[in-house]
Amino acid sequence: MDVLVPLPVALPLLAAAVLAAVGTFLPAWFGDLVAAVVSVAVTAIGVVLLTRTGRHDLVYWFGGWRPSHGVALGIAFDVDGAGAALGAVAGLLMAASVAFSWRYFDETGPLFHVLLLVFLGAVEGFALSGDLFNLFVFLELMTVAAIALTGYGDEPAPLQGALNFGIVNGFGAFFLLFGIGLLYGRTGALNLAQIGRSLAGGRADGLVLVGFLLVTAGFLVKAGVVPFHFWLADAYAVAPAPVCVLYSGVMSDLGLNAVAKVYWPVFSGPLAAHATALRAILVTLGVVSALLGGAMAFLQRDLKRMLAFVTIGQIGIGLVGIGLLTARSLAGTTLYVVSDGLVRGSLLLVVGVLIRRIRSCDELNARGGGLPVSGVLFAVGGLAIAGLPPVGSFFGRALIEDGATGGYRWLPVVLTAASILSGGALLRAAGRIYLGWGADREPVLGEEQASPEQEEPAHPPRGSLVVMLASAAALLVVGVGVAAWPGLPGKAVAAAVRTTDRPAHAAEVLEGKPPPHERASAPAPSGTSIAAGLASAAGAAGLALLALFDGLGALARRPVLRLKALHSGIVTDYVTWLTAGIAALGAAFVLALR
Amino acid sequence: MSYLPYALAVWLLVVGLYGVVTSRHLVHLVVCLTVAQSSTYVLLLAVGYRKHATAPIFKGIPLGTKATDPVVQALTLTDVVVSVTVLALLLAVAVQVYVREGTLDPDEIPAVRG
Amino acid sequence: MSARTRVPLFLVSAAGLAALLGFGVAGLPAFGDYHGPYGLVLNHVVLAQRHTTNVVAAVVFDYRGFDTLGEELMLFAAVAATALILREAREEEARQVVDSVQSEPVRAVGLAAVPVVILLGLFVVAFGYLTPGGGFQGGTVVALGLLLVYLAAEHRAYRRLTPTHVVDVFEGGGAAAFVALALGALLGGLAFQQNFLPLGRIGALTSGGSIPLLNWATAIEVTAAFVLLFGEFLEEVMVERRPG
Repeated sequence: MDVLVPLPVALPLLAAAVLAAVGTFLPAWFGDLVAAVVSVAVTAIGVVLLTRTGRHDLVYWFGGWRPSHGVALGIAFDVDGAGAALGAVAGLLMAASVAFSWRYFDETGPLFHVLLLVFLGAVEGFALSGDLFNLFVFLELMTVAAIALTGYGDEPAPLQGALNFGIVNGFGAFFLLFGIGLLYGRTGALNLAQIGRSLAGGRADGLVLVGFLLVTAGFLVKAGVVPFHFWLADAYAVAPAPVCVLYSGVMSDLGLNAVAKVYWPVFSGPLAAHATALRAILVTLGVVSALLGGAMAFLQRDLKRMLAFVTIGQIGIGLVGIGLLTARSLAGTTLYVVSDGLVRGSLLLVVGVLIRRIRSCDELNARGGGLPVSGVLFAVGGLAIAGLPPVGSFFGRALIEDGATGGYRWLPVVLTAASILSGGALLRAAGRIYLGWGADREPVLGEEQASPEQEEPAHPPRGSLVVMLASAAALLVVGVGVAAWPGLPGKAVAAAVRTTDRPAHAAEVLEGKPPPHERASAPAPSGTSIAAGLASAAGAAGLALLALFDGLGALARRPVLRLKALHSGIVTDYVTWLTAGIAALGAAFVLALR
Repeated sequence: MSYLPYALAVWLLVVGLYGVVTSRHLVHLVVCLTVAQSSTYVLLLAVGYRKHATAPIFKGIPLGTKATDPVVQALTLTDVVVSVTVLALLLAVAVQVYVREGTLDPDEIPAVRG
Repeated sequence: MSARTRVPLFLVSAAGLAALLGFGVAGLPAFGDYHGPYGLVLNHVVLAQRHTTNVVAAVVFDYRGFDTLGEELMLFAAVAATALILREAREEEARQVVDSVQSEPVRAVGLAAVPVVILLGLFVVAFGYLTPGGGFQGGTVVALGLLLVYLAAEHRAYRRLTPTHVVDVFEGGGAAAFVALALGALLGGLAFQQNFLPLGRIGALTSGGSIPLLNWATAIEVTAAFVLLFGEFLEEVMVERRPG
């Protein structure tokens, strides 16, 4: 067993505990230093693990408890390419955030960095685990650390965001746990591969369907898929920028990844006969999220809230990739979320720079107030989000669209529309802030949010603009250029093929049998995809210009305002939507998948 | 009759959800969240129960005696700790909301919307 | 959404959800009829493999010890998080509240009960892997014993008994010890968190290998965590706050 596997979880957690114990006796910068060192180490380990997952997964049994006769006694980590990649991305995002916020959060002592480290450890555990209950534990650990990281500060808005986060995600986790109880009652196992093997022989009866519903819904809440997405916009909008970088860059993506991580080993057996119907349901969910996310992003004036909705839109596109239920589209989703997660992280840091300089992240208030360098970063990021070839997310989207055969030929058009909305929103903001174009009043964008200026510590910030911009630029370069890694799309497809091969994967985890060598390669992006990518970028730029110079008055219609009003900020509304969503999704499953 | 404990778990989850949705007081809301979580304890422990079995403690009891499932008990223990931590944290947030806003009514605190 | 639309929408959805959940649990084996392999195998092998009579404790600290590590750190994180949210916003205008219990019998009986409760808690921890109990359960009882000081006397006595800086060290130390024990196994060439101490005689306090150590690390951390949590909330109550 590879000794590096437990380290991405153990190192941050140990560092957090030690820092909490002795941090009050040490100088304030010690917390920043520990966080920086640990996140760099985690990134490096993540990259090494990624290189080692080329031919087979890295399976690690904690406590040395290997399975006996197919019964898993202990907890396993099952590191595949997607998990290792997301783990490395988390480390990199955290390193950039720590550099960005060097010494900003010192007045609380070491507590802020303690919680950041716990959050990183939980994220790594969630990315790498292969045990269903273990996934629940790390999911809740992420939520606990995140509530405080979001709600930190004296303003009411962060507290409300934290409250909504905690309550909605809490219910998501209960649904997951209820589902775990059902599956355990049927199969007597908690290891994903073992549950799958046990279920594979049987058919998809009520328990399996409801178990699938509950487990998937729990992860979809974390991912921020419509209609479980309401908490995400509130929380991401009010969290401090360095924390938001981790949320938008990797936490939502992990929720999405978990859906695939659990579906393929556990449910692909009994649900194989219903793949067509399941595909329709998941792709519909993904498309709705992509379009709603993009549309809402376009209707925001607060940049962090805009980026939150961009995240929701992109998660929707990722869900389409998973929902198509093929290896290639799964690989496409992984590439897409990895590269765009880094780009979104970079954009959040650029917003952080803006906040530091002019004390606002409101698009209309910040008009004409940005630095040219930040403007370039923001514009490049916006184009990357729109999917301009040949950036990383373009290859991801091309692979997703490759799976859109048969009745799904309309998919590239819809994905283009969603990308135009998200990219257009970002480019519009870039034009207004950095070039001073457009009006400074747009009623349809709503009132100015009571945005917390937490980036303002009591003492003047010691971080230099150069460091902050460099962190943002570094993330952008990696996010945009990740597709330049030789043969990466091919490797992603090969890894996805192994994930979707349930019997071989189970044999690998439970008996240690090496999987058959797959000669899978990624097809070159099709002409349709290239056209779609170019159209998305051009369309986004065009939409942005139209919005800036024509104004948004045409949008002031009742449906638009009603849509915005639905995102009321009231937690009881959100829980109602959660219940309605899960009931509707369950009804769809039961009707279509029997 | 033999499915009544499971029905109880379903009831607890749904009634907890109802409590949250109709709540006008944040502390009440957070406690309803805990009620919903207790549905998972009931489900897990009910799943692992075996009739005429003893607890999985083998002090003074011969090995091979029929015992209930120990794994769900360990899972429930973890679940209880999770519940306590989330409860403590959300209550702290509720306290701060009261200090900053002067109200604990969820319908009256939104500062972020749209 | 106004309350008028919210509640009907919720009731319809909840009815649907209840039906779905009912549909799901109908597929479970009847209550009392469970035959899952995980528990059956463990009940048979734990005594031989780990010399521990409390199978649940063996599952919590050994077989599924990694979950417990996450859970430990969760409690630890909750304390840090509560402190972050509540501590830094407390201004100096704290009103000193006098809240000592006036009734002599209550004080006397309450304070007399404190050492008894703490001793009970320590017993539950110490024998936790032999008979029902364990670090979490016993740690909670010890913490409640300390809280009894506040209930029977006054909060300042509680605060003086549990100085934050000291308890912080125990809390972080307990969590760190747990992770360090797990890492230690790794450094020693074994798997992460593998049990590496001699297993001892069944039924003795020294049985179970590293389980007793993890048990005590957990107990220390849980006690310290609850003491800190109670302290944070008590401070809130004791401080005069004007909303807004």
